[in-house]
This record gives sequence, structure tokens and C-alpha cells, in this order.
Amino acid sequence: MIEIRVDGQPIAVCPGANLLEACLAAGIYIPHLCHLPGLPAAASCRLCFVALGDRPDPVPACTVAVQPGLEVLTDTPAVRRLQRSALELLLSAHTIDCRRCPANRRCALQRIARFLKVPLKRPDLPPLDPPGGPPGTGGELVVDPSHCVLCGRCVRTCRRLHGHSRLTFAGRGQRTVVTDWVETGPAIRCTDCGACIEVCPVGAIRLAPGANDPES
Amino acid sequence: MTEAPSIRTLDRLRAAAQAACRARRPEGQPVVRVGLATCGIAAGALDTAEAFRKAIAEAGIDARVETTGCRGHCYAEPLVVIDHPASGFPPILYPEVTPGKAGMLTRFFLGEGDPRFEHMLGATVANELIPSVLEFGRFNREQRLVMDRCGRLDPQSIDDYLADGGYGALARVLAGSPQAVVAAVGAAGLRGRGGAGFPTGRKWELAAAGSAPLRYVVCNADEGDPGAYMDRTLIESNPHQLLEGLAICAYAVGACQAIIYVRAEYPLAVKTLESAIAAAEARGLLGPEVLGTAFAIQVSLFQGSGAFVCGEETALLRSVAGFRGTPTHRPPYPAQKGLGGHPTVIDNVKTLATIPVIVERGAEAFRAVGTPDSPGTAIFSVVGDVVHPGLVEIPMGVTLRELIFDICGGVPGKKRFKAVQIGGPSGGCLPADLLDTPVDFDALSEAGAMMGSGGLVVMDEHTCMVDVARYFLEFTRNESCGKCTFCRLGTCHMLAILERICRGQGRMEDLERLERLARDVRDGSLCGLGRTAPNPVLTTLRYFRDEYEAHVVDQRCPGLSCRPLTAFYIDLEKCARGCDACVGCCPVDAVFTTRTRKKGIDQSLCVKCGECMVACPPEYDAVRRISPAHLAPVIERPPAAEAKT
Repeated sequence: MIEIRVDGQPIAVCPGANLLEACLAAGIYIPHLCHLPGLPAAASCRLCFVALGDRPDPVPACTVAVQPGLEVLTDTPAVRRLQRSALELLLSAHTIDCRRCPANRRCALQRIARFLKVPLKRPDLPPLDPPGGPPGTGGELVVDPSHCVLCGRCVRTCRRLHGHSRLTFAGRGQRTVVTDWVETGPAIRCTDCGACIEVCPVGAIRLAPGANDPES
Repeated sequence: MTEAPSIRTLDRLRAAAQAACRARRPEGQPVVRVGLATCGIAAGALDTAEAFRKAIAEAGIDARVETTGCRGHCYAEPLVVIDHPASGFPPILYPEVTPGKAGMLTRFFLGEGDPRFEHMLGATVANELIPSVLEFGRFNREQRLVMDRCGRLDPQSIDDYLADGGYGALARVLAGSPQAVVAAVGAAGLRGRGGAGFPTGRKWELAAAGSAPLRYVVCNADEGDPGAYMDRTLIESNPHQLLEGLAICAYAVGACQAIIYVRAEYPLAVKTLESAIAAAEARGLLGPEVLGTAFAIQVSLFQGSGAFVCGEETALLRSVAGFRGTPTHRPPYPAQKGLGGHPTVIDNVKTLATIPVIVERGAEAFRAVGTPDSPGTAIFSVVGDVVHPGLVEIPMGVTLRELIFDICGGVPGKKRFKAVQIGGPSGGCLPADLLDTPVDFDALSEAGAMMGSGGLVVMDEHTCMVDVARYFLEFTRNESCGKCTFCRLGTCHMLAILERICRGQGRMEDLERLERLARDVRDGSLCGLGRTAPNPVLTTLRYFRDEYEAHVVDQRCPGLSCRPLTAFYIDLEKCARGCDACVGCCPVDAVFTTRTRKKGIDQSLCVKCGECMVACPPEYDAVRRISPAHLAPVIERPPAAEAKT
């Protein structure tokens, strides 16, 4: 075990451990959406910024492997500026309708917004239209683009569990969506394991009406 | 002293190539060289070449037509060089040779020995008979290290390149150790020409370190900046120089596989490269046992499908591996852990094409050109409002003023220079005050722009800087891969604000919000493209804030270019009675005839296309453009009944 200091507080971690995981395990919360323990960092949500002692610019904690003597600051003005900005951007593309959302009260966005003191209802930016097209493409899984934050946890979880992913990204830029990959037909079958629904931080995935409910 | 096997093999190949060239080109036979790169073809050079062939055959003249690559003088395409030794004249460069001119030149110059002075640009070499192009700034201020052979050789012929001394650097390198090459490139101080300017020697060192079983070299020819075409021209005009550089790089870092990532939108470049690779493999210059040594290099082409983000090295590697072209976090850098987890050197076309020059001339000679921190030359594609656009290779450290005004002829039409955009969508706009900035990596970054891949767009006084920022941001918004939050959503919000300002609906707090967003996208994005995407906005806000404020406060577009903020009207003092030029060209019938039989524009119908301004004969020059729109004088349309009488 080696020792690193986070916000001045010493914590003991395994050498080479992921900084984000180490902080979370030590009870220091860093906002994050896309990280999956044990998988290479996607670093796409741009929320888990921290400042490392020797570097002026914040870096995503999920991309840092801890080294002895690492000095980490999780609450500098530069870190908070980027985190708030990223959250406001995500909220501007997210339909805020919490009371009717199945993820209400366990939604990661709600928790991060509370932590960063960013109001949900009054985002600093005008809301963007969600990417067009009906949610999902007719497969068993429906991904709602107006709620999806494109963290990619569902895609990577499916690939990790089954060797290939039933869900995939499509489109690009602001029109990027996660969609059910139906073109390949029976080659990639959904096993209804429900793992993608489980890992979605914002409750954007559900089974299509008529598809087998994993609980029934 | 016995020579190394690689040099002996090359000597043999070169002798054969020279013999082949001599056989193809009888001594004293006149030759017409037509530049047939994409730029020439777009200007009609295929028709010109065909016209020459036909005219020569019809006149029964003993002459041949050869194709070459691009000389970089886009303003003069189709460009033709006629070498007619028997006439006593040196080789002569002719600009804008249409098929008609081709017939005329064949008859007069090839047939009768009259070079038609009024049509020529000048002789290609200094001589006593006629002025040489070397007397023009556009020619003599350039220093062609990398593009030296572009436009001189037939890109389809490996014999031309070999006979001209090509592949000599590769043979020399193969006679020494790989470490010596890495050391030479490091000593030359070459910095990556793809944009960021990372020292190439250090990149090679990183990749060559350790005992990886497999290494790759990737040539990045995914040139996506609007207005930049240096890589395409280099490939189309002299593909073997790139292949030679690629082979040297592979030898230096210990790779045996090389991939050229070229855009599928460059069909001629792809075709040229395919045939060049096949020709080099047939001569033993690529493939197993290069030049009779144990070094083996397999070169393959990968055609990218035209995503701008695939020019970013990590996204490029994902694309080569068959995934979505999205960037990944660095470190690890590709030089440590790239394709399939193996060390991968990714270099731009210009970087690799510079390598043979460094080996040939030595690191010291290379360092003598350019500035201490940015040695060598820079290749720019100068486009926009400039008299002599095209490709220019200049030593680093030349100022923007020299480049734009002395070399490229300045702004046409007596208009004032307003700004220059350097580095494409990742670069920035610099105003006239900064024209004395030297062109090198560090000075440009300091000014807020960047070298980028070398696109340089010159803009005159009738350009709206807000609209320029909007244009580039629209490009990056459309090309964002969508992976990370800042680039995906931040560019959308920035674009929305810019569009609002261009419509005249901006507010002062928009400028603040725009600047804040731009800084956050710059600091927070995952890859280099996202981090540099706000540069056009940040630099225009920095140097042209008054234009933003004019849009917001006065509803005025100083460049008279944002349609909602401008209006066209007809100056009745200048309008001629009875001229109907503007009436005929208006697509929406907004132009009417007044009681005095002069013309007026109905502002409620006008779509501000500007056709009337183009149509109005220059002797009247009566159509005016004004901003803000409400300043346009109101000219009443006479009642319909009266107009008919």
C-alpha cells in the first residue's frame, strides 16, 4: 500500500490503482458518470476533474493511476468551473421531468447537481432539442435520447458481459444516440440480462413494450 | 573501400532508371508538361493535355506531352511548361492554358518557334532572352526543400524519381544504424508538421525504446481542414518522397508495417499512392529485403471515410482498428501504446516527406533554414482574398506580411486587408496589427492561432468576423464525434449564440457567456480537436470584439455580410434611366421602376442575394449595401396602375 494525499487528507491505496476508484473507496466523492471499475477509462463525461499537485490544469481522475506521494485537490475553482460547466451542458440536453422519471431520486445527475449546487430547473443554457428519431429502433431495448447522457456504460457493460454489445452508438456530434443494434438480427441476441438497465445512471433504458420482462 | 549493399543496389537501380528515362525522352525533342494534380484537373487541365496531344498529332510535330504534379500556383492553373530546346528558348511557363491556347501554342511555339510572349508567365530558369519567373516574389521568395520535385517530375513514374536522386536517403540510412537516423532527426530539430509541432525525433525515440515485438508506422494523410490541401498535393505530385520518408521512419523505429491513412475523398491521391507502392515494391524499394538488405517494410493504404476527427491520432487508430473514430485519452500516447497496444509512430505527410531531405542534406544544413525553435520550412496553402493563391513553401520565421503581401500579392480589388485565419477550424484569426508575427509554431500559438496543418485564409474588409467564427464553429459542431460532453454540447451552444448575434438578436451578456463557454470547451474537452475548436471564437473575441459589439448594440455588421443586418438600395444619383440590368436578375422581383424611370428596391421583398450589385454595370455602380438595414433610404414603389402606363 502507498499513501497519497487528497485535499490534504492521507489515504492508503494500492500502487497503480485508479485515482477515481481510490477516492470513492475512501469516501471522497468526485462527480462522475461514465466510469466503470475495471474497464479502461472512457473519460467522456468530463466530470471527474481533479487538480494534481504538479499540474496546473485539471485532469479527469478516472485516467490517473496513483503514484506514491501524489497530491490531489478535488475542490479548486478551476475544477469546479469545469465540473459545473459540464453538468450544465449535460442538463441542457436532458429533458428535466424528474417526477415522472423512473430514475427519480436515484439519478446520478440529481446527485451531482446537488453536490455541485447547480440547479436542475434553471440551467444556465437554453435546452437543446434531443436528437431526432423515435427512441430505439424496434429492438427489445429502448434508449430514450432525451434522457441519455451518452456515458456509454450500457454499451461497455454489454460488451464486457457478452463479448459483443447489443447496444451501440450511432450518429455523431449532438445527434449521437445509443441505440439497439437490430441490423445484425439473430447474430447478437439480447439475453434480457438487464445489465444495461442496471448500470444506466439516469434511467434512460427500458425494455420495449411487449418484450420479455426480466422479472416475469 | 567497399560500399554498403543498399547503396550498390540503389546505384544499379538508378542507372537502369536513367536509361529508361533517356529511352522515353529522345534528346532535343520538345516536351509539353501539363500539371495534372487535382487542382489542375479541376481547372480543366485534362482537356488542355488532350488538346495538346491532338494539335501535335494533327500538325505532325515531333513532340511529346508529359504529365507532372502540381507546382502550387493555383491562380495560374492549368499550368503548362513547354521545353523546346531547338527554338533556342529556355523552358517557358504558361498560365491558364485553355484548350484553345493549347492549339495556338502548339502551332506557334512548337511549330514556328515563336513563344508568344504575351501569354507566358516567364522562363523557368534565369536566362538572357526572356524574363524568368524567378524575378517574381511568388517564385524567388519561396524556398522549396520538401516540394522541390513537385511539378517537375511525373508522379506516376518511379524512374523519374530514381533518376533525380530519389531513394538515395533510404539507401544511405540502410547502410547505417537505426539509432543514427533517430539521432539525426532529433538533431535536426524537426517538429511534426501536422499542427501541434511535437518534436519528431523525440516521438521516434519513444517508439523505438523498449523491446516491443511489433511496431507500426502510420502516415496521417487525413487532411480535413477546409481550405488546406498540402498533403494532397504532395501525394499527388511526388508520392515516392513520402514512401521514402515512411521507409526511413520504419527503419529508424524498428517497424515492419506501415499504414497510410488517406481520405477516400482524395481519389487521385489514393490511385497515385497505390501505383507508387506497387512500383516501389517491384523495384525492391519496399517489401521484403529493401535494397538487398534484411530490412522489410510492408506498406498498406487505409482509406478513411472523411471524418474530420480521424485526423486526431487516437481517433485515427480506432478507425484503423475498425471501431468508431472517436479519440481516447492520452497518455498513453500512441508512440508508447498504439495500434493493437503496440508502439505506433503517427506522422503527417509533410513530416515524413521532410525526412529524406534531412538525411540528404544533414541535420546542420536543415537547422540553418528557419528559426532555432522551428527549423526547416513550412508549407502553407494560401487561399481566400489574395491575388496569387496556392501552395507556398517558405522558411519558418518569415512574417505573415511577407507571406501575404510580398509573396502572394496581397488583397485584390484595392480592398483593405482585415484578417488572416491560420490553422483551419483549430486555428485563429489574426488582425492587421499582428501581420509582423513570424510564421513558426511558438509565435503563432502565442498570438492565439496555431500552425495547424497550414491552411491560411486571407480575408478582406468585406468579411464579417462574427460570421467567420460562426462558419468554423459550424464545421467543428458538425464534425464533433459526440464522445465527450464539452465538444458535443458546448459547440452547439456556442454556435447558437453566434447565430443569434449574426441575426442581430444577440445581447451583451451573450458575449460573456460565449467567452466562458469557449474557455470551458478549450480546457475540458477530451481531444485536441475539442480543445482547439473554440480558437476561432476566442481569437475573434480578442481581436475583433468591436465587431461583436456592433452586431449586438447597433445591429450593424461592419463587414456588410450578415444578411439580416444589411440592406441593398439603389443610389438614384448614379442609376441610369432605362437600364434594366438589375430588374432582370432579381430572383424575387424586388426591383421596381420609379416615376423617374430609375430603379428602387422593395425592402420587404428583397432576399439580399446581391445579384443586382453584380449585375449593375460598372459605369453606373449604383447598387449600395448598407448596415444597419434601417439606414437604407426608402424609395416608394409607384402604384401598380401608374407603373404600367
